[in-house]
This record gives sequence, structure tokens and C-alpha cells, in this order.
Amino acid sequence: MSNVQIITGNQAAALAAKLCSVEVVAAYPITPQSQLSEILSSYVESGELKAEYVRVEGEHSALTVCISASTVGARVFTATSANGLLYMHEQLHWAAGSRLPIVMCCVNRGVGAPWTIFNDQQDSLAQRDTGWIQLYCRNNQEIIDTVIQAYRIAESVYCPVMVCYDGFVLSHTMMPVDIPDAAGVRAFLPPYQPHTILSPDDPRNLNPVLFPGQRRDSEGVLRDGYMDMRYKLQAALEKASETIRAVNAAFAEAFGRDHGGMLWEYRTDDADLILAGMGSIASEATVAADRLREEGIKAGVVGIRSYRPFPKADVRNAFRNAKGIAIFEKSISYGYEGGLCSDLKAAFYGTAIKAPIHNYIAGLGGRDVKARELAAAAKNSLAGFEKGMVEPQTTWLNTTTG
Amino acid sequence: MPENLFKLNAKEYILPGTRACQGCGLSLGYRYALKALRENTIVTLPACCLCVLHGIYPSTPVMIPCLNNSFASTAASAAGIVAGLQALNKTDTTVMAVAGDGGTFDMGIQALSGAAERGTDFIYLCYDNEGYMNTGTQRSSATPMGAVTTTTPILTKQQHKKDFIKIMDAHDLPYLATVSPSYPIDLYEKFVKAKKIKGTRYIHMYVPCPPGWGFATKDTIKTGKLAVETGVVVLFEIENGKFRFTGRSKTLAERGNRLPVINYLEKQGRFRKMNIEQLNQQQAWVDGKWQEYIRRAEA
Amino acid sequence: MEERKDDNISAMGTVAIGEAGKTGDWRSLRPVIDRKKCIPTVKNKPACFLCWLYCPEGVVKAGIEVEIDLEYCKGCGICAEECPPRAISMIREDKSHE
Ligand SMILES: Cc1ncc(C[n+]2csc(CCOP(=O)(O)OP(=O)(O)O)c2C)c(N)n1
Ligand code: SF4
Ligand code: SF4
Ligand code: SF4
Ligand SMILES: [Mg+2]
Repeated sequence: MSNVQIITGNQAAALAAKLCSVEVVAAYPITPQSQLSEILSSYVESGELKAEYVRVEGEHSALTVCISASTVGARVFTATSANGLLYMHEQLHWAAGSRLPIVMCCVNRGVGAPWTIFNDQQDSLAQRDTGWIQLYCRNNQEIIDTVIQAYRIAESVYCPVMVCYDGFVLSHTMMPVDIPDAAGVRAFLPPYQPHTILSPDDPRNLNPVLFPGQRRDSEGVLRDGYMDMRYKLQAALEKASETIRAVNAAFAEAFGRDHGGMLWEYRTDDADLILAGMGSIASEATVAADRLREEGIKAGVVGIRSYRPFPKADVRNAFRNAKGIAIFEKSISYGYEGGLCSDLKAAFYGTAIKAPIHNYIAGLGGRDVKARELAAAAKNSLAGFEKGMVEPQTTWLNTTTG
Repeated sequence: MPENLFKLNAKEYILPGTRACQGCGLSLGYRYALKALRENTIVTLPACCLCVLHGIYPSTPVMIPCLNNSFASTAASAAGIVAGLQALNKTDTTVMAVAGDGGTFDMGIQALSGAAERGTDFIYLCYDNEGYMNTGTQRSSATPMGAVTTTTPILTKQQHKKDFIKIMDAHDLPYLATVSPSYPIDLYEKFVKAKKIKGTRYIHMYVPCPPGWGFATKDTIKTGKLAVETGVVVLFEIENGKFRFTGRSKTLAERGNRLPVINYLEKQGRFRKMNIEQLNQQQAWVDGKWQEYIRRAEA
Repeated sequence: MEERKDDNISAMGTVAIGEAGKTGDWRSLRPVIDRKKCIPTVKNKPACFLCWLYCPEGVVKAGIEVEIDLEYCKGCGICAEECPPRAISMIREDKSHE
């Protein structure tokens, strides 16, 4: 029996945290995340959610509280946006290095300066190298389902997971969402078993200084140096690809919804032109692909769901027949190009995928970008590709440049 | 004296062979803090000398569980441990955050003020060696005026020490105390008391630091005592707003026979460049603070 | 035999003596107790123990015969400085005897 409600993305995320029976919540308000911390406060105050809500004085502390509570064995949740996420940066590394299965929603928003409260993905992209798994959602159904999946992924591989969804576009937009039933979620998500030991019964010193080299403990066991310990994080993230696929499959089995494991594809089977992106802009690209097909262009879309770990094998498969590629990104690696574009090019290196690639930077700070504009841009790229354009300049869509 | 000594918990929680310097005041003070708090305790701490004392992986000399966290995060880290234990119904454990003056007066102040305002149930111990010692004796806002540090190498520190205890007092805490390892029994008793109180308890521990302050390692106890004799350090506790002098400071307050600060300053290399004007300012500053405490005790 | 690997996925140190090694090696001066002056020995009952009280390293054993663990004593000299009858003297370590 389905329970469909019309809710915002923030409501979906809050419901997911409740369904996952999180035990400690620590969050600090920032637009467009604020509503999420407000809803969780009311869940906790009303007793609907039995959790400790720590109303911290800033985001650095929000993630710190999650780190420590997770270390003692509590399931934790936090959420933020933009400058709040940047303010957490030090602790993002700390959380990953401590291998804690923290789940955080990043309600994507552009970063200052200058200020903007509107959506792009510069905030989460800037956290790419912190050792977090990053999953991107295309609609509110995916938000609720991905948060639930995120806990199972995080607690399997002992890595933190950031569930990213676009501010306002999803966070404040009402959409029908099928709410998973609580018993089903309980069955899907076993209780959290911490790997950390922070207990007076077995005194340990957690996350101390590590030497560059290995060192023996008092029993003669050769223990990791800094680099060995850090390698374990890399290995865990690489292994997480398998877990992300498996958890998505198990979720589809349990709840009947398959959001793609590492990525999702739309009409790519026979597509010559593939549009790619993450989050809601990729969702918008499906509408653009439909328009292009109406015009006789065989277009399809690849939506990257897991940006880290990067779906190298999956994209090699998904793009294998592409004749041209247009990548739409809501962030940029300043001084170069969109990060996703660089990563895709690197994944294609040494393969038979030789399709020309056009990188578009779009929608920064909430700059409007419509499906028909994505379609027009992709069509333009295709025309260029047909004229032999191999490496077009990165294009800032709907922007005064030059 | 022996009778007092026998009241102390005989168990040691720090095994010998630590990385702390010879004559370290922190090592001594921490030794008694842990004796008072006993086994059922969890400590969290940031980068600082104590992080070094807690040892390099895979070994630690400290028999109390400890969570290391980043420099600005100490009190929030404790708040997370408290929240986690609460959520798991393990509420009988004492949680103590410990940080240096740099990790408290400077970078940790936000998280500490936040945790204290929320009434987080933990002990916050600031050990004050009056500088960033772990990183090589740089100035902090706890460094006294006239001290040479590696970032005030020529002109000496120009500002007075931040009155951080006043800031913490403004949080209306159930318990606030100052301690010195030169008076281990006073220190021990305050931790025993703090352990029994609920809410945020702040303990300020002045720790003489031989390499950072420039005195011989044998003189740690004497240096700490001189600080108290001159009123540079005042031993007291504030319980639910009620101030009272303790130990040697109580005697000094009753008898009014503090020594001039020069007796304390002249024995430390860090004050070698202090001029007469700074000395007078320092004396006046200490006198002013002392009068504030006297008024507070009388109120 | 293959060496056991570190099975910790995050750093969790365990309790051990001598984390920084035998810190007795740090000493340039060694505390030596003159039993004839030491109060508990003289009185033949537990007394004084200020050396135990003030030792930052916790390496003094308080007994009728006070003992110092020279494997770890760092030689700071606090015990000698604080001993009321001056029963402890700090003697230069003669490295050639080691
Ligand atoms: C964010 C950040 N900035 C700077 C540092 C470098 N750092 C480590 S310890 C320290 C000073 C510590 O001073 P204090 O808290 O007084 O402790 P002490 O070393 O004196 O014991 C500094 C500046 C750091 N670890 N993290
Ligand atoms: S620098 Fe000072 S406080 Fe730090 S370990 Fe050495 S003596 Fe102790
Ligand atoms: S301080 Fe001196 S007299 Fe007292 S117990 Fe120690 S060695 Fe003996
Ligand atoms: S010299 Fe220092 S470390 Fe050695 S016993 Fe005396 S006080 Fe302790
Ligand atoms: Mg300091």
C-alpha cells in the first residue's frame, strides 16, 4: 500500500531521517536548508523522533557533534548548505578520516562572495576531496529514498555520505513522494554497529598523531603509519561503488523503486548525443532530450548519482556509443573547467570513447536555465561536432561573457 | 599533610614514559585531575601539548578513553559525546573536554560558549600555559603583557592577558574553579566536587611550563606557588554564583600579604625584556583584579 | 609467517607503558635519596611523600623506603627541590657507566 504525499525536498529529507531513527541530530540553520532543521526540531520536541537534538552555535560544531556522537555509537544526522558546508570543511576531513558513517544532506546553494542564496553545486563540489561519498538527487522521491540508502551504504563501508539536492529547485518545491513505511525501513536498515571503541571499559586513544612510518604496538603488531591509514579510506571509497549498486538493488527489491546505482540513464540505448549532469539539471536535461528527439536528434541523458566514488566503469559503459557529449554543470573548478567534465574525460582516456565533449557551466547562483535552453545548447554542440569541432571552449550558459 | 595525601586516589591513570617535557606542570595537574575523576570518564581534546602527552599511535600512556578532535572543536566534541551517550542511555560517564589556552581563549571560544550556554553536562578543563607551546611558544591571548614569545620576539606582548574566567563566569555556570598543580590537593578536591555537579563545569588550571616560560625544570612547583603568592594566579571557586577563595589565596585574602609581582616575573626568562613601565602596569593590573575578587568574595 | 596487519580502520591507540620510550634516557641529573634523611624511613611510618605528590611523571613509589623508577624518571629535579629535609640530591649521570 503506497502512502503518497505532496511534500518539499526538505520535508522528504526530514522524513527520511525520522524513518532511519537517527539518534543524534545537530544542525545550524542556513537557507535553503533551514526548513529541514526546523522540521527535525519539531519531530524531536513533539516526541515523534526519539533523538538528542543539539542546537549548535555553528556548522563546525554541528559536524563535530555528529563526529563524536557517531564515535560513541549513535546514528547521527546533519544538514547544511553553501557557506555552512564550507565552514565544516575541516570536520569533513575529520569525519572521513575517522571512518564514521555520518549522513548529511547538502541542500546545494551557491557560495559567497558575492552572496547568493540560490542554487548551484559549488558548495558540495568544493568538498570533493574530503573522503565523503557524494550522492546527487534529481527529485524529492530520490531524496527520501537516497537518505535511507545512504545510512545503509555508510554503515556498510564506514564512510560518511553526503546526500546532495538542489536548493529551492527541490528543497522548496512540492512534489508527490511515496513515503516508505517505517517497518520496511527498519527491515532494510539494520542497527548501526560502530567500529570505534570509545568506552571506559576499553580505554583507547582515538585519532591521535600518526608517524609517517609504521610503528609496533606493545604486543609487537606492526601498526599503520599515516599513509597506510589514509590508504584504507581510499580503498573503502573504491569498494563503496559495489555497495552503492547493491544497496540500490536491495532498495528496489524492497520498495519497488530503482534510482540507478552509480548513475541513471535516460533514452541512451540508441542515443548519438548524450547530455550529462548531476541533480536537477540532469533531470531537466531529460525534458531537453525529449525535445531534441521530437526534432529528430537521437538524444539521451546520463545522470551521475554518485560523484564520489566516481562511476568510472559505469560511465564507460553508458557513453560507449556516444557520438557527441554535452555536459551541464552547476559548478566550476576555477581556472579550468567543470569538475564532472574533467572526470569524464579522464574516465574515457584509453578507451574507444572518442566522442567530442562540450562543457557548459549553467545555473550558477540560481541563474535560470530551461529545458529548451539545454536542448538548444546541446543542438548547437552537435552542429559544431558535425563540423569537426573536437575541443570546444567551456561555455557559460545564459551569461554575459567576453 | 600526610593525612590529606592519603585521601587521594592512589591509582595512577598515566603510565610513565610520556612525551611531555621534564618538569611539565600540565603532566602533574592532569595526573591529579584523572585521579579525581577515576575510571568512568571519557576525555576529548584538540591539538595541543596534551595531545602529545596522550601519545603517538598505536600507543597511549593514558588509561582513560580519549577522542582527539580538531583545534576549534573541543567543547562541541564533548557535546557530541554527551549527546551520543544520552541517546544510548549511558549517562553515568563523566565527559571532560581539555584544551590549552590557545584552544580555549582563542580558537575554541565559540564552541565552548555554545556548549556552556546549552548547559551541556560536561567538565571543561582549560590548562593555561600562557602560549601556543606545542607549536613553538607563540603568543596567545592568554600570554601576559611583557612576555617574549616567538611571535613577540623583540617588543614583547603589548596587551594584558584576556580575562577569560570572567567570560566563563558570565555564562552563569553551576561550577567554576581555578587550580594550580603546585597545590595538588586543592586541585584534586575541586575535580572531585566538579564530578558530582550536573551541567557545564569550567576549571581553569594554570600550568607552569619550563621551556615556554624560561625557568629550570626543578622550579615548576615554586613558580606555580609564586604566581599564587603574588596574586597573578588566584585560587577560588564559584558555585552557583557564590564566590569563595580557596587554599593559599584564601589565606592571602585574609591576611592581605601578597608579594609584589616582580618576585614572580624576575625568575622567568620570558620576562627578560620587560621594562619598568610594563612592570608597573602589570602590578596595577594584578592589583585591580585582586580587588575585584575581594569585592566578589564579600558580596 | 606472514605478519599480522593492522586491522584498525581508524587510529585507535592502546594503553602501553613507555609510549615515548625509556624516558630515563632523557636525564642528565639523577635523583638519589639519602635514606638517613628521608622522613618515612627515619620515622618508620608513612609520612611526608612530597616527592610522590609533586612528581609530574608519577614514578615515585611512596613507601617506608621511597623508591624512584629510574627507567622512566626524566630527572626534572622537582622531587629534590621540594623535599623538606633535602634528602634527595641530583647527581650528574655518568653516561660512561651505561
Ligand atoms: C585549525 C588549526 N590551526 C592551527 C593549528 C596549529 N596548532 C596546533 S596546537 C596549536 C597551539 C596550541 O596552543 P594551546 O591550545 O595553548 O596548547 P599548548 O600547545 O600550549 O599546550 C596550534 C596553533 C591547528 N592544529 N589547527
Ligand atoms: S611545552 Fe610546557 S606544557 Fe607543553 S609539554 Fe612541555 S612543559 Fe608541558
Ligand atoms: S620528599 Fe624527601 S623526605 Fe619526603 S618522602 Fe620524599 S624523599 Fe623522603
Ligand atoms: S626527578 Fe622529576 S621525574 Fe624524577 S622522580 Fe624526581 S620529580 Fe619525578
Ligand atoms: Mg598553551
